[in-house]
Amino acid sequence: MDAVSVVTGIAAPLPFSNVDTDQIIPAVFLKRVTKTGFEDALFHEWRKDPDFVLNRPAFAGARVLVAGPDFGTGSSREHAVWALRDFGIQAVLSPRFGDIFRGNSGKQGLLAAEITEKDAETFWALIEENPGIEATVDLVTRTATIGAHTVEIVVDDYTRWRLLEGLDDISLTLRDEAQITQFEHNRQSWRPTTLPAR
Amino acid sequence: MTHTPAPAAARASTARPRTLAEKVWDDHVVVEGDAGNPDLIYIDLHLVHEVTSPQAFDGLRLAGRPVRRTDLTIATEDHNTPTLAIDRPIADLTSRTQIETLRRNCEEFGVRLHSLGDVDQGIVHVVGPQLGLTMPGITVVCGDSHTSTHGAFGAMAFGIGTSEVEHVLATQTLPLTKFKTMAITVEGTLRPGVTAKDIILAVIAKIGTGGGQGYVLEYRGSAIRSLSMEGRMTICNMSIEAGARAGLVAPDETTYAYLEGRPHAPTGDDWTAAVEYWNTLATDDDAVFDAEVFLDADELEPFVTWGTNPGQGVSLSEVVPDPASFADHNERAAAQRALEYMDIAAGTPMKDIAVDAVFMGSCTNSRIEDLRAFASIIKGKQKAPGVRVMVVPGSARVRLEAEAEGIDKVVTEFGAEWRFAGCSMCLGMNPDQLAPGERCASTSNRNFEGRQGKGGRTHLVSPLVAAATAIRGTLSSPWDLEHASSSTLSEVTA
Ligand code: SF4
Repeated sequence: MDAVSVVTGIAAPLPFSNVDTDQIIPAVFLKRVTKTGFEDALFHEWRKDPDFVLNRPAFAGARVLVAGPDFGTGSSREHAVWALRDFGIQAVLSPRFGDIFRGNSGKQGLLAAEITEKDAETFWALIEENPGIEATVDLVTRTATIGAHTVEIVVDDYTRWRLLEGLDDISLTLRDEAQITQFEHNRQSWRPTTLPAR
Repeated sequence: MTHTPAPAAARASTARPRTLAEKVWDDHVVVEGDAGNPDLIYIDLHLVHEVTSPQAFDGLRLAGRPVRRTDLTIATEDHNTPTLAIDRPIADLTSRTQIETLRRNCEEFGVRLHSLGDVDQGIVHVVGPQLGLTMPGITVVCGDSHTSTHGAFGAMAFGIGTSEVEHVLATQTLPLTKFKTMAITVEGTLRPGVTAKDIILAVIAKIGTGGGQGYVLEYRGSAIRSLSMEGRMTICNMSIEAGARAGLVAPDETTYAYLEGRPHAPTGDDWTAAVEYWNTLATDDDAVFDAEVFLDADELEPFVTWGTNPGQGVSLSEVVPDPASFADHNERAAAQRALEYMDIAAGTPMKDIAVDAVFMGSCTNSRIEDLRAFASIIKGKQKAPGVRVMVVPGSARVRLEAEAEGIDKVVTEFGAEWRFAGCSMCLGMNPDQLAPGERCASTSNRNFEGRQGKGGRTHLVSPLVAAATAIRGTLSSPWDLEHASSSTLSEVTA
């Protein structure tokens, strides 16, 4: 994973709540077996509307999404993160994220940062006044800035560290392999095993 | 592997009071995270399906890593599988490729797979419990958010993303940050015709789709204790719809009775040791939850959704709410959007809403008891003209069991379709989809825009409401049917 520290780019507003992962990417696109090339699938139904924010010329090339609460709820599909990433979105700001979505984001270098509802509303107003205005999301200082307005962002320490360092989870865990093996040695015999099949 | 004393039992006398979820967590910590860092948690059971695994297996291949514990991993085909003509090649090429990719991956990495046509094929969350692999006190993960289902056994079970699927395949562990705990206490007795599905829909309406975020829910109280395992699974299944990753019910005699004798359940001395340990898992009397919610089962009525998220629900006897009645402006805007998408007006009695389709299935409500409940209402009747009714068992085994009881005949004589097992119209990855504008009463778990097919409109309901709706053609409960005596209804407990 590439390290992430500061994201700067056009901010697009998505001022409603409960944008679930079925809306971010409908199930029909989940049939693919690849991990890239999902940009066309992003918000597939909504993008049929020419007035949808990501279709508006002012927001072409948007890098930051400012969303309402409960963004990324529902299905665990990591494809939602891949679609955002492939489309060019590098940071999402929301007052509250679906837990699994937030976890998936951290693993793919998509910066999912919490801001307060009030700050989201301020940002939406700023963007409405100046469509195409840029946002800067800074993981080092834990801030997001649009125009003259800078707010605090919340990202947990562990995710922040991994994003800043660009660390791969599996290699990190395998440093503890001896402990895993020890744990397995003590595993009670009543615990389930799938093999041999019965 | 050895018989070691149950860790929780050994510590029980000295440890601080803990909840069920904390006990299961503590017994799976491989490496404790310091200074707020995540703990490394051991995973007892990893369930795999075709949709969220191909990129994970690819990752292993690229890194030259094996599956660490093939004996703790099991795969099934469910999301893409057709529910008709399953002996013919899958027509949709991308679906077929995805299934074939799973078969190749399982073969290459040595993972046990139940393919279409196999007696243990079916929805991953129906297959695990049915094989006796899901048991109390274990950790279960799957690249699917409804893994929370398995919490009904007192297991810590949650959905993960594809990167985490790869992580578990490679290491059999996950780095996880400790959650908060929420008690959802449901006291009282459900009236005949009111079911587990109504409880969970009411809970979600009460706490909202974000209400459980960051929490593990523990369902407790007399109404939960008196539920069957199927009912408990229905409830835990939809924990994710309340924003929680996991939901649990403490194991008890109902759990043990369901589990004993299943193919992978412990036997002999192992069974004795396991039950002894499982009996220590219940939340300690003086343990403290971070949050508590109470619900009165006595007052509950059949519950249905009117909107496009599972929190937008009311009792069936009520009307579609007016968006203006919501104090929170986000909820107001969401309600407005939902009513436009659903094409219903505020103030419409829920019972006046006519449907085009009824879907009886999904990992929420497709177990044998659900099918029995549905069949008990439709038996000897005819479906409403013009309504398409589809019954999809959760697994091939459930289908066989139902056929042995004659449920297939009841279904077809009613005018409904009796299908093969899979996710089907819960998410419409296979050909089972709503047409644009079609309205469906569905026993599944998500009423999101387009979930059951592009432009489709979903009302989430219990199997009993699905059955009564299929008979009348409008959203209905068994209470609305003539001759529905409470004595027949009280035999139905799903
Ligand atoms: S039945 Fe529906 S919710 Fe359950 S696993 Fe399948 S698609 Fe997911």
